[in-house]
Amino acid sequence: MKVLVPVKRVIDYNVKARVKADGSGVDLANVKMSMNPFDEIAVEEAIRLKEKGAVEEIVVVSIGVKQAQETLRTALAMGADRAILVVAADDVHQDIEPLAVAKILAKVVEEEAPKMVILGKQAIDNDMNATGQMLAALLGWGQATFASEVVVEGETAKVTREVDGGLQTIEVKLPTIVTTDLRLNEPRYASLPNIMKAKKKPLEEKTAADYGVDVTPRLEVVSTKEPESRQAGEMVPDVDTLVAKLKEKGVV
Amino acid sequence: MAVLLLGEVNNGELSVDATAKAVSAAKSLGDVTVLCAGASAAAAGEAAAKIDGVAKVLVAEDPSLGHRLAEPTAALIVGLAGDYSHIVAPATTDAKNVMPRVAALLDVMILSDVSGVVDAGTFERPIYAGNAIQTVKSKDATKVITFRTSTFDAAGEGGAAPVETVNAAADPALSSWVEDKVAESDRPELTSAKTVVSGGRGVGSEDDFKIIAALADKLGAAVGASRAAVDSGFAPNDWQVGQTGKVVAPDLYIAVGISGAIQHLAGMKDSKVIVAINKDEEAPIFQVADFGLVADLFDAVPELTEKL
Repeated sequence: MKVLVPVKRVIDYNVKARVKADGSGVDLANVKMSMNPFDEIAVEEAIRLKEKGAVEEIVVVSIGVKQAQETLRTALAMGADRAILVVAADDVHQDIEPLAVAKILAKVVEEEAPKMVILGKQAIDNDMNATGQMLAALLGWGQATFASEVVVEGETAKVTREVDGGLQTIEVKLPTIVTTDLRLNEPRYASLPNIMKAKKKPLEEKTAADYGVDVTPRLEVVSTKEPESRQAGEMVPDVDTLVAKLKEKGVV
Repeated sequence: MAVLLLGEVNNGELSVDATAKAVSAAKSLGDVTVLCAGASAAAAGEAAAKIDGVAKVLVAEDPSLGHRLAEPTAALIVGLAGDYSHIVAPATTDAKNVMPRVAALLDVMILSDVSGVVDAGTFERPIYAGNAIQTVKSKDATKVITFRTSTFDAAGEGGAAPVETVNAAADPALSSWVEDKVAESDRPELTSAKTVVSGGRGVGSEDDFKIIAALADKLGAAVGASRAAVDSGFAPNDWQVGQTGKVVAPDLYIAVGISGAIQHLAGMKDSKVIVAINKDEEAPIFQVADFGLVADLFDAVPELTEKL
């Protein structure tokens, strides 16, 4: 079967996001960008399913600015077979909302007919945790979110999910949406020969207009500000002092 | 203006804390109707009716709603949506699974993890792991929202709302439940606990997490963990405190062997009193702690457990 893996280009997770002085958003100019960590887990899972023989082809897709082709090349170097870039914004500061992304992905799914779409559960920039669920809704498919284990069995997938208080296992009919949680796998690093090979893998370029999807945001950003900072308190020399201080505060 | 609030129902029981916090977040938006859905949900409906500020309770009972599978639950909500300006829920893993599906079926955006209500159409939410707070104004006819419960106080008891029953929607039968593996624990639930003791990578191993648990049990606290500790296999994922795990705001948060990565701070910095125990005096966790102790956790934690 064919698997589609959407990937997003986001601020590198080791970089501290800084709010722009005018409060219009987070500064992304000259900041290191990488593949969203949950999407790396999604690419890795697709590759592992391919290595197990459950998957024949992995198509990766990214929706955003032109520079997202670097993110797609990373996914190709990890082991994806081909890539689709949907250019939907000129400015790196313009975030395409999950609803618009899901609408474009639904059109890509129509064309590509994958049996499974594996997405990261959440992008570490807008922290929406929504695209997978929205895509499932638009396609009328089932959804297996926050996966920590995926087993494909014929026309169904058995997926273990990370839920409050523990784990839930569900069986979902194919085609389906899977979104990845942290413990699903540990993504591989691309080797240098594979990075070189990835440059020759096919990367098709499209625009949001090609799919007839309006990407105008539904949520207008009024302002972006730094969170209220917390003041550091005092250092205590030993456990006895700590116990006394906590008793004084009335919290133990 | 009327609000439909998806109550947090698990195995027929209402999670009163999460639901009551969402009620207090939603109160200013209009009359709040709480929907309790499950294979059995009548008892949960009775409990929801007692929450102060609830105008009405709807109970939907059907085998298809038994395990909070997203597809039948979303279909039920969409069937009721016409009467409401806002459809909301506490930001639990169940609601995060269901609500974006509801939003897409209604062709509206989701407002997830909302931490502040400015007016009926304008909301605050943390982005970039809590490094920025964004205020957004929704242009959609129906607002679909999950509320970050740690930033709202729970509504009290004393209500007596009328309870009505509603029918489940046709089950699309796209997924089915196989099993739950719920960690059996006498400890309080992480997001509603008054005290939380968390361990990080510094704890060193799954076995050594016992000293964290011992301190937690002495205090009647919940146990948490940093993402690094979860990644290293020292602790289960449902203990994870942080932007990609749970967001907590207890009266007392004790961080042991946790350096204080941004993503962890985002999950606990609203705690009333923060204690940090770490042998690295440069650890960023000390910048947010009310009380910091530079010490080897293997000495300090057992001593603290003994002396409390």
